[in-house]
This record gives sequence, C-alpha cells and structure tokens, in this order.
Amino acid sequence: MKPKAQNEFLLEFPSRSSNEGFARSAVASFAAQLDPTLGELEDIKTAVSEAVTNAIVHAYPDSIGKVTIRGRICDGNELELTVKDKGRGIPDVDKARQPMFTTGGTERSGMGFTIMESFMDRITVRSAAGKGTSVTMRKKLAPRVRSAK
Amino acid sequence: MEENLKIQKQRGLFMEIQVKSADRNLLLELSGELDHHGARGALREVELAIDAALPKTLVMDMSGITFMDSSGIALILRVQQRMQLLDGSILVCNVPQQARRVLDAAGIGRLVTIR
Repeated sequence: MKPKAQNEFLLEFPSRSSNEGFARSAVASFAAQLDPTLGELEDIKTAVSEAVTNAIVHAYPDSIGKVTIRGRICDGNELELTVKDKGRGIPDVDKARQPMFTTGGTERSGMGFTIMESFMDRITVRSAAGKGTSVTMRKKLAPRVRSAK
Repeated sequence: MEENLKIQKQRGLFMEIQVKSADRNLLLELSGELDHHGARGALREVELAIDAALPKTLVMDMSGITFMDSSGIALILRVQQRMQLLDGSILVCNVPQQARRVLDAAGIGRLVTIR
C-alpha cells in the first residue's frame, strides 16, 4: 500500500508540445513547498520535461491525447511524480531505457530516460501496448531547517 | 551576413537564434527554453543557416539558454553530424549550469567540444 501523502496534486493537459513548459513550471511550483535548492528544482524540472516529452512524442505520435501528472509529497521529504498517458505504450521498456535508443528520429537523442535516472533517485516504468505508459519518479530532497508548519 | 531568426511556435514560449556568419565561420547564439517545443523549430532554422554559410567552423553560444533537456542534445548531435559532412568543426560554449548538467549526464563532452 502506498504511504499517505502529506500533500498532492493531479494535473491533466492535452499532449501539445506547448504544454511542456507549463508542466515543468506547475511541478516546480508544487515542489517549492519542500524548500528545494535551485539545483534540486532544476533536476525535477528536467526530469518532468523528459517524461512529458516522451508522452507527447511517443504515446500520441499522430494524435492529441491526455497526459496526467500526479505529484505527492511523502514522509522523509520525498517527492513522488507520476507522468501517465493512455497512448500506444512502449513495446520493450528495457530497450527504451537504454542510452541513445530512440524511435523518434533526428529530433530525439534517446537520452530521456538516462536524464530522468540521473536527475531523480528512482524511476519505475509500467507500460502496456495500446493502453499507455506510467513513469513514476522519486526524489528525496535534502532536509532543511524550517519554521513553517 | 547577420540575421535574427525568431522561432515562435503557435503558442507559448519561444526560443531565439541569432545567426552571425563571416568567412565560413558560423556563430549561433541561442536563447530561451531549448526543450522539444523549442528545438523543433530551431533544428530547421539551424540547418538552413548551415546550408547558407557552409561553415568550416561553427560555434553554438548557449549563454542565453534558460532551460535545456535532452532535446538540446539531439540538436547539438544533429549539428555535429552536419558539420562532419562539411569536414568542419563544432564548439559548444558558455553553457549555463542546468544545461551543462544535462550534457554531462549524457556524456556529450566525449563527442563534442564544450567550453
């Protein structure tokens, strides 16, 4: 069973590339309550950008579908983010996670999962052909002394 | 030759590329958010600039980049491929810290000169 979240949000938007910046900013605003360092915030924004771009480019290559982001703040100053789509799915998740592997042509570098893995603590990918993909990323932020309740 | 190409997508944020070319040296000054949204237009414009200048050296000045993800890596690698075809060289310089960490995580420093 999932641990109880101290706070959470659910965001849904269509898979338009113009929403990539919106998704980054929205998640960064939520994460700000954990009092992250600038570096931690940049890591989170970068990982979100990669996951959302994957959904836009690969889940819905020829159509506009829904992308959701669920964010949770868990015990131990941990941020959990799940980026989910109901697109075509990833046939081979292990292969997709390999560096430089892409089906996105010259527009893509194949480094998206590598960046997510490098900038977050843990990544879990679940995917089913024709049903969609869910990427859960977790990052523990360094605790800081705070006076706020 | 000097021109200013604004990459403006249908909505939202944009990135800007300032192109300066002289003596088959091409300088691209990139600014704004280099994500998938920004990179799509940027790639086309950069390829046009390369085709027009046929440079021997190409410098990508990243000092104005406020955010970059792996879309920036794809852009840099594509430019590098084009420069290899022209038997030319590429230098990526003035990379802000966030973008630098993306390049380092992907090990791009092994493939392209970054200063």
